Amino acid sequence: MSGCCNGGKKENSKCCGGDPSPVLDANTPIDTARRWFLKSAAAFTTLTLAPGVTLMAFAGASPADAKAGRGPVTSAQRWGLLIDVAKCAEDCSACVSACAKEHGVAATGHPRTDAQWIRKVTVKGEKGGAPRSLPVMCQHCASPPCVDVCPTGASFKRADGIVLVDKHICIGCRYCVMACPYGARSFVHEPLTDQVEHAPRGKGTVESCTLCVHRVDTGRQPACVEACAATGRGAMIFGDLNDPSSEISKRIAQFPTRQIRADLGLDLGVRYQNL
Amino acid sequence: MLLQRIIFATLLAVVGVHLGSADVRAADPPHSSALPQSRVAATPVPVLPKGKGDKCVAPTDWMRRNHMNVLGHQRDATVHEGDRSGQFSLKGCVACHAVQGANGRAVTVADPKHFCRSCHDYAAVSVDCFECHNSRPPEPAKAADLPGSRADVAALARYIKGLTP
Repeated sequence: MSGCCNGGKKENSKCCGGDPSPVLDANTPIDTARRWFLKSAAAFTTLTLAPGVTLMAFAGASPADAKAGRGPVTSAQRWGLLIDVAKCAEDCSACVSACAKEHGVAATGHPRTDAQWIRKVTVKGEKGGAPRSLPVMCQHCASPPCVDVCPTGASFKRADGIVLVDKHICIGCRYCVMACPYGARSFVHEPLTDQVEHAPRGKGTVESCTLCVHRVDTGRQPACVEACAATGRGAMIFGDLNDPSSEISKRIAQFPTRQIRADLGLDLGVRYQNL
Repeated sequence: MLLQRIIFATLLAVVGVHLGSADVRAADPPHSSALPQSRVAATPVPVLPKGKGDKCVAPTDWMRRNHMNVLGHQRDATVHEGDRSGQFSLKGCVACHAVQGANGRAVTVADPKHFCRSCHDYAAVSVDCFECHNSRPPEPAKAADLPGSRADVAALARYIKGLTP
């Protein structure tokens, strides 16, 4: 911390000393001539460009900006996970414990209602066969049923494909919990204190895997992926499904992968290999 | 908003008259230190701890009136759009305005000395932020947890040992 109240950003070393944005100051007189010029200039630019071009020109943040968490995220990326089930050991739950630690999800003494952001499941074919162990979390659908049913708009999909709950507007109705085909959402039943700074959680709201959005926005990998790599198994890969040169896209192009309940046609962000 | 303030000021004036003083300046917390002693005792005047650093991210008067709006705006930009570059943040408030408790750690909002609570108690406005957000900054990481710190400490120890005769 550089003794500055906004988190000490380096490029703005005088951040505290400088005035806040002039827009914020009610006492600043508005230069009407300048304002008129800006308005008409903006209108002119918008009119002269095709709508698609306008969107491309102004909506796209540079990759460096996106990496530093500056500017809104865009649909240029679609974040996803690829999980190689053959490499996932049945007795390993490194991803589950890493997730719990990262987000401060602890047992409350009521295991039936405790939050589960990610869990290990063992599946077997209908006609037998070797059991497979795999982690299941929010699948970050392209058309998420939880978003369809949310009455307040708290359940939403970010432009980059990450499905989240805005707990500020979640009323705890739990429609999304019912709607999710993957049982990925949990409801917080108990009052909580001393939450992790980057993962606010509270009683009366629904929550689920955020794909570690706080890490992704600063160019890092989700905690489960890091933990899986640290065990040496490396069963999980995180990356951009829209970028054909990313490791995850190459693997999906090269090997057969599956989506759980692909019959629902939800276009999942989480894919499984060797399942 | 204006109506609320008028009602509040009127209420205070009525209370003031009742106490034998017509001074209604109590409606404005910054001037409350200028109040007669009897009034100070009657009103739970907030004791505002000084934040870290020289200045807040915006002038204090402006923040006093607008912090809720900027936090709300920033919140939507962060949660829905993933834009984490904003000037305002609840984390920033909590980090700069932390109040040390008796045990050496910052106090939580459960303590009346907490920065946000001291004023919100006075204004009788409930603050919901801390039902989900942590009301104190995270505990600083222990030196042993930091990567490479042991090597650094060992190097420093060697250096110091080299200096001492």
